[in-house]
Amino acid sequence: MPPRSSDHCAAPLIFEQGALGRANRYVESGKPLETFLPHRLLRDDLPLPDNSELDVVRHFTRLSHRTFGIDTGFYPLGSCTMKYNPRVNDAMANLPGMRDLHPWTDDALAQGALQVMYELERSLSSLFGMAAFSLNPSAGAHAELTALLIAKRYFKELGQTRRDKVIVPDTAHGTNPASAAMCGFKVISLPSDARGRVSLAEIEKVLGDDTAVCMMTNPNTLGLFEDDIRRIAAAVHAVGGLMYYDGANANALMGNARPGDMGFDLMHLNLHKTFTIPHGGGGAGHGPVGVAAHLVEYLPTPVVAWQADPDADPSLAPSDRLRFRLDFDRPKSVGPVRSFWSNFAHAVRALSYIYANGAQGLTKVSQLAVLNANYLRVKIGEFLDIPYDEPCRHEFVASAAGLKKRTGVRALDLAKALLDRGYHAPTIYFPLLVPECLMFEPTETESKETLDGFVAALREIVQTAERDPEAVLAAPVTTVVGRIDETRAARYPNLRWRPRGEALQR
Amino acid sequence: MAQPEHLLYTKEHEWVKLDGDIATIGITDHAQHSLGDIVYVELPKVGRHIEQFANIGVVESVKAVSDLFTPVSGEVTEVNAELDADPAAVNRDAYGAGWFIKVKMSDPAEQKKLLSAAEYERLNAE
Repeated sequence: MPPRSSDHCAAPLIFEQGALGRANRYVESGKPLETFLPHRLLRDDLPLPDNSELDVVRHFTRLSHRTFGIDTGFYPLGSCTMKYNPRVNDAMANLPGMRDLHPWTDDALAQGALQVMYELERSLSSLFGMAAFSLNPSAGAHAELTALLIAKRYFKELGQTRRDKVIVPDTAHGTNPASAAMCGFKVISLPSDARGRVSLAEIEKVLGDDTAVCMMTNPNTLGLFEDDIRRIAAAVHAVGGLMYYDGANANALMGNARPGDMGFDLMHLNLHKTFTIPHGGGGAGHGPVGVAAHLVEYLPTPVVAWQADPDADPSLAPSDRLRFRLDFDRPKSVGPVRSFWSNFAHAVRALSYIYANGAQGLTKVSQLAVLNANYLRVKIGEFLDIPYDEPCRHEFVASAAGLKKRTGVRALDLAKALLDRGYHAPTIYFPLLVPECLMFEPTETESKETLDGFVAALREIVQTAERDPEAVLAAPVTTVVGRIDETRAARYPNLRWRPRGEALQR
Repeated sequence: MAQPEHLLYTKEHEWVKLDGDIATIGITDHAQHSLGDIVYVELPKVGRHIEQFANIGVVESVKAVSDLFTPVSGEVTEVNAELDADPAAVNRDAYGAGWFIKVKMSDPAEQKKLLSAAEYERLNAE
């Protein structure tokens, strides 16, 4: 057998299976391409896979068995909110009227879809205390960039173009400084205090007339609530800056506290985390951006505009008596940030989730997420260090620094050993301020039995490490792929299949 | 691990070796340990003038990307080109083959602002 570009994998790629003419062709091809395509658009060689239907079904079924997702097992990946996504929300997104709607459908014929966008926008605004949301950005980092573009445009309108500093605490999300740099701002990193929080005294040292935005995550990546948030916001506002709320951890406070009430001017939500949308593995997300009243006119285009429908039946619900249209005429807008109307099916999922839970249900969601995290924190604290050991919100950070000193077993090794026991690993080595850190976020959808099973597995791994570190250092032994050569993967990524004969380029 | 006594250090975990007015700069063993396997090092070009404690480059590991700061001001006279092909040299030999740049210092008095081996060790113990 000739060597394959995927030698390290147990299964061949779809390109490496099948044979010329193998594909099932139900439809006879029509006229030869030459008769209607210009010659310059034709090529002799196009190495597409040529597989039978059965081969294709087996290939992807095999791959699906080898992956790990929330449908397979417990997935406590910190700051990622890997909660269960109820199937009813997918069913709503799959309704033919939603699924088959063409993005260029005239507004008059897409009133239902526009109403979904309108109701989602209104729901998010009221849940998080913002004046308005844009549903356009695709995910968290995209939303951060969009919000910073809004801030930039706002300061330009005010003639304050010298505001070029963005303040990012060391407990913020890793994408925050990257988004700020991408948007042309200078990043000031802010150390957290002994309690793992942003201190008013520290932030006041860096505030000035060059302050543009302070980006915060609340609760922060240690899972701790920034209890001084109102005074911090007041200090940032006093120098003319804006407060940005990174919604990555919104599952901790949904229905219980609102960023708008804390003094935030801009925020984003990850609908795929806090609401419902299968994620993990890089699938399409959804990251609406919310703003306070003074920033509404800068939101990306289009926005859903509405007016009362005079012909509507007065017995209908209020939002059923409106006429909707997409409004592109917004002179101060930062403009479109992505094609068409973003990941519309996700908007349907999120609205379905909101209506299925109701206001009380959503409040309960975050309360149970916090309860589960605290249960796990106390249990795991019995055998690992918890550097900031106080009631947490939806997630918490443990440290393997002590274990490493005694046994040589690191956070990475604990994570690998968990894979052998059928659990997804927690987030490791983030936030950077805790050495050998493991960040756990159980979410509200896990039962006590699942949490107890996980604690027992992790306890057993730590006990094994104390007795026989080599056994843990050898993990994982049950997975399809063992330890990855991360250095080689980072230096020589091999991301593209190439036809045989074409040299693999470094 | 004990810090080499003949070097000076910064709070940001760089070391500097002084030889007349030429300073050789790298990151400490403690730094390479915390970063993990280093995959890429971005350094300033020869001839560039750099200011003490300014951000002059980037060290990227499989875990994180960190800024690199210069302990002294001056002109970059040499860059360790070996690190391009073999950034892991920083992990293997942080104080030797893993050096980053050489700088012709413009103000020798600046070394007063740097830490001794004992001071740097105390900082890490905190």
